[in-house]
Amino acid sequence: MAAIIQVEDLKKFYQMGDVEVQALRGVDFTIHPGEFVAIMGPSGSGKSTLMNLLGCLDTPTSGRYLLDGVPVERLDKNQLAVARNRKIGFVFQQFNLLPRSTARENVELPLVYRGGISTEERQQRAAEALDSVGLGDRMDHHPRELSGGQQQRVAIARGLVTRPALLLADEPTGNLDSHASEEIMALFKNLNDQGITVVLVTHEPDIADHAERQLVIRDGQLASDIRKGQEEVAHAHS
Amino acid sequence: MLTADRKIAVPAENTPIRTEDEPVDIVLEEQGISLGESIRLAFTSLMANKLRTILTSLGVIIGVMAVIALLAIGKGSQDAIAASITANGSNMLTVRGGAANAGGARGQFGSGQTLTIQDAQAIADPNNVPAALLVSPESGGGGAQLVAGSQNLGARITGAQPSYQQIHNLSLADGEFVTDAEVTSIDNVVVLGANVAQTLYPGGSPVGQSLRIRGQTFRVVGVLNAQGGSGFGSTDDGVIVPISTAQRKLFGDRAITGGGGLLVSSIVVQARDANSINAALDQISTVLRDRHQLPANGTADDFSIINQQDILNTAVQSTKVLTLFLGAIAAISLLVGGIGIMNIMLVSVRERTREIGLRKALGAREKDILTQFLIEALSLSTAGGLIGCILGMLIAFGVNLSGIVQASVAPLSVVMSIGFAMAVGLFFGIEPARRAAALSPIVALRYD
Ligand SMILES: Nc1ncnc2c1ncn2[C@@H]1O[C@H](COP(=O)(O)OP(=O)(O)OP(=O)(O)O)[C@@H](O)[C@H]1O
Ligand SMILES: [Mg+2]
Repeated sequence: MAAIIQVEDLKKFYQMGDVEVQALRGVDFTIHPGEFVAIMGPSGSGKSTLMNLLGCLDTPTSGRYLLDGVPVERLDKNQLAVARNRKIGFVFQQFNLLPRSTARENVELPLVYRGGISTEERQQRAAEALDSVGLGDRMDHHPRELSGGQQQRVAIARGLVTRPALLLADEPTGNLDSHASEEIMALFKNLNDQGITVVLVTHEPDIADHAERQLVIRDGQLASDIRKGQEEVAHAHS
Repeated sequence: MLTADRKIAVPAENTPIRTEDEPVDIVLEEQGISLGESIRLAFTSLMANKLRTILTSLGVIIGVMAVIALLAIGKGSQDAIAASITANGSNMLTVRGGAANAGGARGQFGSGQTLTIQDAQAIADPNNVPAALLVSPESGGGGAQLVAGSQNLGARITGAQPSYQQIHNLSLADGEFVTDAEVTSIDNVVVLGANVAQTLYPGGSPVGQSLRIRGQTFRVVGVLNAQGGSGFGSTDDGVIVPISTAQRKLFGDRAITGGGGLLVSSIVVQARDANSINAALDQISTVLRDRHQLPANGTADDFSIINQQDILNTAVQSTKVLTLFLGAIAAISLLVGGIGIMNIMLVSVRERTREIGLRKALGAREKDILTQFLIEALSLSTAGGLIGCILGMLIAFGVNLSGIVQASVAPLSVVMSIGFAMAVGLFFGIEPARRAAALSPIVALRYD
C-alpha cells in the first residue's frame, strides 16, 4: 500500500543569530493510510517542529517529504496552501478558533478557502462535521460559550470538513482535563476506525496508548518506533 | 455525547496516488475563494469591530466633508461676487477723469478732474461712438444731510440723467425717476434709496413730500426698490437728483471748471453687446483725446476707461484662487485620513496576525489574504467618502439656509473627492495587506 507520509532524512535547523538550533536532525519514517500514530518525546525534542513540517505549515532545511506521493518540496506557495486545505486536517493545542465567529462559521472556513462550493453545501457540510463530533446542537455558539473539550471538538470538525485523508494533531489534549481528553481520544479512535489516518503528538503515555503505533523523538532524532503488541519496527539513526 | 457507532461521512475524498514524474499541479489544481466570498469575509471582519471601523473611517469622512463643503462655499462666494458685479449692468465701461495710474478708480472731485457734461454728450452722439447704447454721466458729490420734518439722515447724493436708471437696472417702488425735463430745468427733485425712504418716512409714502438738502427744498418724486448687496454704489443708502441740479445747486463750487464746463465724476457707458466693448473703448478714447486736444502720440490719456468685464475677471480669478486654496487644505486633511487608514490597517494586521496564520494554515493563499485586507481598506475609505460627501452637502445646505452665501456643490468635486478617498484607501491599504499576506503560517500562528 502506498504511503501517505514518507519522510527521508528530514532536517530542520533554526538560525538564532550566531547559534544554529538543530530542532530536527534527520528523521526517516513511513506512515500508511489508516494508521493511528502517536508521537512522543521530551519537551524540546522537536515534535512540534516535525508536525509543522508534516502539516506543510513550515518548510524543512533539507530532506524529503512525500505527502500522499507528492514531493512537498516541489510545491509552490499556492500549491502548499491547496495541500493544507485538501490533504490535511490540522488540530492545534490552543484550538485556534476565530473568537467572533460561531462554531459553524469556524468549521466552514476551510471550505470557504477551497472555493467552488455553494453556501448551502458549505453550511450543510459544516453541520454534518459538527454533528459527527457531537456538537450538532451548538452550531451557533461562539467559542467563548463552549468548554475547552467542546472547542477542541469544533477544531476537529474544522479539520474534518474538507474530508482529508490525514488528520494531524499537536498535543490536542494538552489544554484539557482527563475526562475531556478521553472524549477527544475516543473521537480520534472513531475517525481512525472510519479510515482516516491520525497522527498526534502527546506527552501522556495513557493518551499515546490509544494509538497502534508510537514514534518517540529524542533530541531531534527518532529514538524508537513501536507498534502495539509488536517489537520495535525500526531504530533511529545513529 | 459521542456515540461510538455513529458513522460519519468522512472517508477520504480519494486523491489519486501519483507517480513521481506526474506534474504536481494536476494533483493540486487551484480553485480558491471567489470575490463575493472575499467581500463577505472583509465585511464580517469590519462588522466584528465596529468602533475601530468607524474611527478609521472618520479621517476620510472629515476629509471628504471638508473638501465638498469648502469647495461649495468657495464656488458660492465666487458666484456671489460675479453676480454683484454683473448686477451693475453688463457690457459696461466706466470713464473717469485723471490718468489710469493716478487713482482713476477712486477719483472724486479734485485731483485731475477733466470730464465734463459736454464730454458725455459727445460720447452719447452716435456719430462719435456708434458702439454705445446708453450713456450716463454721473456726478457723485459725496454726502449731505437730509432733513424731513423731525427726521434727519446723512446720505450719499448722486447727480444723474434718466439713462442712469436703465444702466443700473433700477426699479421704482413708488413715483418715477428723474426726467429729461427736470434735468433741463434744473429742478429740485429727488429720488430716494429704499433705506433712506424707510428712515425719513417710516410708515407714510414719501412721494410728493418735501425735504431739505443743504438748505434747499427738494420734492420727492420717486422711491427706489431695495437693490440689496453692497457692491459698487448700492443705491439703497443714497439719493438721486438731476445731474444739472447737483452740479449747479449742490456742488456748484466744485463742479464748474474755469472754462465754464460742468464737471462729472464719471461717465458710465453701456456697449451694444459684449462684442462691441472693445470698439466702444476705442471710440470713446478717440473722442475724448480729440476733445481734450491731446497730441496723437506721446501724451498720456487724462482719463481712464474701466472695463466691467476686467473687474469681473479679476474678482472671479481671485476667488478661484481662494477656492483652490481651501480645496488644497481640505485635500491635505483627506490625505491625513488616508494615513489614518494605513495606521489602523497596520495595527489590525498585527492584532490579527494569529488569525492570518490560522487562515493560511486552513488553506488561504497569499492573494486571498491580500484581497480580504484590500477590500477592507477600500470599503472603509469608500464608505467614509460617501458619508463625508453627504455631510459636506448637509453643511453646504446649512450655509444656504443661513443665507451668507449660496453654496453650490459641484458634481465634479463629489466625484473627485470620493474617487480620491478610494484611491487613498487602496494606496494605503496595499502595504498592510501585502505584509499580512506574506507571513508564513507558522510564524503568524506563533505570533503574540
Ligand atoms: N521558531 C523557532 N526558532 C528557533 N528555535 C526554535 C523554533 N521553534 C522551535 N525551536 C527550537 O527547536 C527545538 C524543538 O522545538 P519543538 O517546539 O519542536 O519541541 P517540542 O518537542 O514540540 O516541545 P514541547 O513538547 O515542549 O512542545 C527546541 O529547542 C526549540 O527551542
Ligand atoms: Mg510542541
